[in-house]
Amino acid sequence: MSSHRNFGFYLLLAPLALWLILLIIIPQVNLAMLSLQERVGVRQYETSLANYRTFIEEPLYLMTFARTAVMSVLATVLTLLIGFPVAYYIAKMVRGRTRSVLFLLCLVPFWVSELVRTFGWMILLRETGVVSSLLQWAGLASGPVEMLYNDAAIMVGLVYTSMLFMVVPLVTTLDSLDDAVIEASYDLGGTAPSILREIVIPHAMPGIVSGCIVVFMLSLGNYLTPIMLGGKESLWFTELIYSQFIVRFNWELGAAFGFLLLFLSSVIVWAALRLSGQTLEKTMG
Amino acid sequence: MTAPDLRCHNLTKDYGSVRAVDNVSFDVPAGSFFSILGPSGCGKTTIMRMIAGFQEPTSGDIQIKGKSVLNVPPNKRPVNMVFQHLALFPMMNVEENIGYGLRRRKVDKTQITRKVDEALDRIGLPGIGKRQVSELSGGQKQRVAIARCMVLEPDVLLLDEPLGALDLKLRDQMKVELKALQAAFDTTFLYITHDQSEALVMSDAIAVMNAGRFEQVGAAQDLYHNPKTAFVAGFVGESNRWLGTVSRREGKHVEIMAANGQAIRALASGEALVRGAKAEVFVRPEAIRVSHDASDLSGAENILSGTVEQILFNGAASRILVRPDGGGEILEVNMPQAGGVSTWAKGHAAHVGWSHDQSIAFVQRAR
Repeated sequence: MSSHRNFGFYLLLAPLALWLILLIIIPQVNLAMLSLQERVGVRQYETSLANYRTFIEEPLYLMTFARTAVMSVLATVLTLLIGFPVAYYIAKMVRGRTRSVLFLLCLVPFWVSELVRTFGWMILLRETGVVSSLLQWAGLASGPVEMLYNDAAIMVGLVYTSMLFMVVPLVTTLDSLDDAVIEASYDLGGTAPSILREIVIPHAMPGIVSGCIVVFMLSLGNYLTPIMLGGKESLWFTELIYSQFIVRFNWELGAAFGFLLLFLSSVIVWAALRLSGQTLEKTMG
Repeated sequence: MTAPDLRCHNLTKDYGSVRAVDNVSFDVPAGSFFSILGPSGCGKTTIMRMIAGFQEPTSGDIQIKGKSVLNVPPNKRPVNMVFQHLALFPMMNVEENIGYGLRRRKVDKTQITRKVDEALDRIGLPGIGKRQVSELSGGQKQRVAIARCMVLEPDVLLLDEPLGALDLKLRDQMKVELKALQAAFDTTFLYITHDQSEALVMSDAIAVMNAGRFEQVGAAQDLYHNPKTAFVAGFVGESNRWLGTVSRREGKHVEIMAANGQAIRALASGEALVRGAKAEVFVRPEAIRVSHDASDLSGAENILSGTVEQILFNGAASRILVRPDGGGEILEVNMPQAGGVSTWAKGHAAHVGWSHDQSIAFVQRAR
């Protein structure tokens, strides 16, 4: 009887276990081992920390690493600042049909691929693009304006790409806040900023944190947006990983970079959780 | 004469073409417990939300201590509200909940602590300040919600069916406690409910509301014994009710011919009840005497005979349902409390009777 139940249990567990083992654990272990190898001759390898040393000694790598982290944090903050009012409006200010329509509008851009969405921004922002033409037509610019290939363009792309992942958890948590609680605080003398600070934000904290974690991870690991919208100066850490693996066939260094990125995101998420006093269980469950 | 704590004057609220509150005027004297009693959807919550400031009246005026509060936002009005589901702040503990309003008024910290402790004493829950809201029982939450408003010393405290979420036993207990708290805080309470027993037990004055209008305003006993409209007679307390046509009018009294041919004599509520008018008649179950023997009922203007259809035993509030011979509405009658064992059982022959002064007739309402 018990073995019978066990069989069913393992059968159900199998897809998940296969997924985890084949696609996550084995590649990660493999990469970990790879990252600790140093090529000393043709097809000769030694175990060492040489790849990590390279990373520390090369300013370009370090700078890109730091830049990626800072830009991702900034993108997360911007997404939160833009997403919060949107989510509040959807969750608290509108009802019924309007609400579904607004929610759908947030979702619609995600029906096309990220490539197409990013290309949309290129059409808008490039030298011969829509915004540039409009500015010239309105007489605000004397010649074509190039708005692509800089950090601001990357930021626009990142925020746009991540917006849905911020709005959805925020709408869910804000929705669970009873309107009467907001009215009660207003009735007891609260003002709009104080209610936001003392009632709404503490209540929405789990949603804010989970939205921020997702957006931060997405931005940090994004490849397409920085490549397409960023310029020569706007290197993204994922580009370095790509070039090590694909362009230079230096899998060992690429693997080390990959691990550093994983480490970086874990540290920042951990720090953010500590700072906001939240736990992973509370925000994800 | 000082101005009443709360005065509503010709208050009207329209939602599009629907008139939710229709020209309502009333005064609540200082220190009294005033209830608005009405079925759901009668507009009582709209009145309360207008007084609290969450909704603007379409026309009319609201005055608190003689000053109009129209155009004053809710956070500046000297009224506070206890919400239906209490709306305690789940992200704060009891102390922070009660102190919230004081913090918003920038009262200094030591004074807040003192006032919060005082309020906790007043509601009989000293020392629970550090507890989380989720750890409190229903009755405790109730009292914390009241304390949270009372520390601000509002001129009027609004209560929006705050007992609705409690179970019956606790609700009965809280009724008594609310009344005691009102006396302890010596504040004007405006209480809204659809539960007539809450209103009857606690209030100094009750306004019975229906379809956006006040049907009658008065003390509990007054409403119960001298209802002015058919709605009040039917809504406040329990009643037996007949529909019929006036067949005779004699001074203050009328005789109504009910649909099944039963003649009922009753007090006429107004001059409109003339011969041929459609009428409805109400009589309280406790006004009806019931007997095994018709001769016991001599002197009663209304006498019916029937059989016991059902006994509804409920201690002192037990009822006998009597089906009159010759058909018609089943009558609900108080079971006589003649000590020990009841002499009544299903199927017994029963004679019921009551005085024509204890049934009251109204012109039938349009439906």
